[in-house]
Amino acid sequence: MIRKTFENELQQVKDDVLVLGSMVEQAILDTVDALKKRDVKASETDREINKKRFEIENQLMILIATQQPMAHDLRLLASTMEIISELERMGDYAKGIANINIRMGDQPLLKPLIDVPRMAQKDVDMLHRALTAFVEEDVEAAKAIPVEDDEVDALYNQVYRELMTFVIADPKTMERANWLLWVAHNLERVADRVTNICERTIFIVTGEMSEIKNSDDEFWKQQKA
Amino acid sequence: MTKSNTDETEYVLETKDLNIFYGDFMAVTNVNMKVQRNKITAIIGPSGCGKSTLLRAFNRMNELVPSSRIEGEIIFQGQNLYAPEVDPVEVRHRIGMVFQKPNPFPKSIYDNIAWGARIHGFKGDMDELVVYSLKQAALWDEVKDILDQSGLALSGGQQQRLCIARALAVQPEVILMDEPASALDPIATLKIEELMQDLKKNYTIVIVTHNMQQAARASDYTAMMMLDKEGVRTGTVIEFDETNVIFTRPKDKRTEDYVTGRFG
Repeated sequence: MIRKTFENELQQVKDDVLVLGSMVEQAILDTVDALKKRDVKASETDREINKKRFEIENQLMILIATQQPMAHDLRLLASTMEIISELERMGDYAKGIANINIRMGDQPLLKPLIDVPRMAQKDVDMLHRALTAFVEEDVEAAKAIPVEDDEVDALYNQVYRELMTFVIADPKTMERANWLLWVAHNLERVADRVTNICERTIFIVTGEMSEIKNSDDEFWKQQKA
Repeated sequence: MTKSNTDETEYVLETKDLNIFYGDFMAVTNVNMKVQRNKITAIIGPSGCGKSTLLRAFNRMNELVPSSRIEGEIIFQGQNLYAPEVDPVEVRHRIGMVFQKPNPFPKSIYDNIAWGARIHGFKGDMDELVVYSLKQAALWDEVKDILDQSGLALSGGQQQRLCIARALAVQPEVILMDEPASALDPIATLKIEELMQDLKKNYTIVIVTHNMQQAARASDYTAMMMLDKEGVRTGTVIEFDETNVIFTRPKDKRTEDYVTGRFG
């Protein structure tokens, strides 16, 4: 016998996580694109993301209270609680980038954006596949995706060094360099949170809770080298 | 049966290749498990998988069914419970039992406790024993002024605690509980579960329960029983582990299906 009603509700939760995920993906791409074009306009996206997150959280609590999930079901629901929180924080990073765009006022970009949109694209690509792995409970994919975080870290390092050359050449560019560094940092953090989602997926399937790798350590190692 | 010098060992009961029969029918097959001292061990599993049969084997209660017999051993404090020289009455004294339906004697509350102790040759201060047992069973405050009233006049939950007090009065080492709260409302159930947590400081408890939430809430270890083979009605322990492992990351797919409510 299967628990048909409960199974349907679990599937609904997964579908809702995918919806939240695509809202976050769109927010990241849109804010970076707006920055690239210096197109400043108000957006409701972050508020919608937060609203969706609370909707899912509420649904999770109802399922925990009414269905008494155990074992795999419990790991799935508890981990989903964590995953939607990661997604909501990614939404905040996108909002942070939009805020920088606003704060830059009518000042032009220090340089045309090349690696920053690449970072955004890589983030979204990783996130999309991480959420697919979550829905399909695909451990192999969940283990493979975090490795790609190195590419995002490498792009971040490149942006960092490039911006530093501007600052060294002309300290008056400090503020504009800082803005872009902040944007790149937000995008670097998105990939770290994708790793967290993958860790949760592995936990849901195997019951083993372990950290895949600490991206911040990798970053500082590269800075030293 | 004398108290052996293995009293300090970690395990109070251990089954070795245990098979339990009713006539030719093998009800329980090949159980190897260890019951840890001062812990609560739950036995869970679907109806008819042999949970109560296994529990009753721990104090030779199955022998009240004439055709029953066992193969293998149950070691209690270092001694085989089924050795020929062992007196089953003495076994049931040291390993007490509480049943699903509260079954107080049709006697006063006081006598419900005193009677068993008297039969077992208790020579000490009976008043003191009655007070001590009722306090241990968390019933004293509710009955201290009505000790001469019939035990049958109490509520279901109070009757069950009276039965626990009666079991404690003969100073057992292990208490077996067969669905002790299934006939009780949630508040009385909670009282029994809280009581179990107090009792395990001094006793070892083995409980059979259909209520998985109860096993999850109240026990330290859980034994998952299931019918071993398709079509063959014989039960066995398919997984035995710490309760928190059984309910969060069981190893056996059948345990997973059972605790998540996907019954076969």
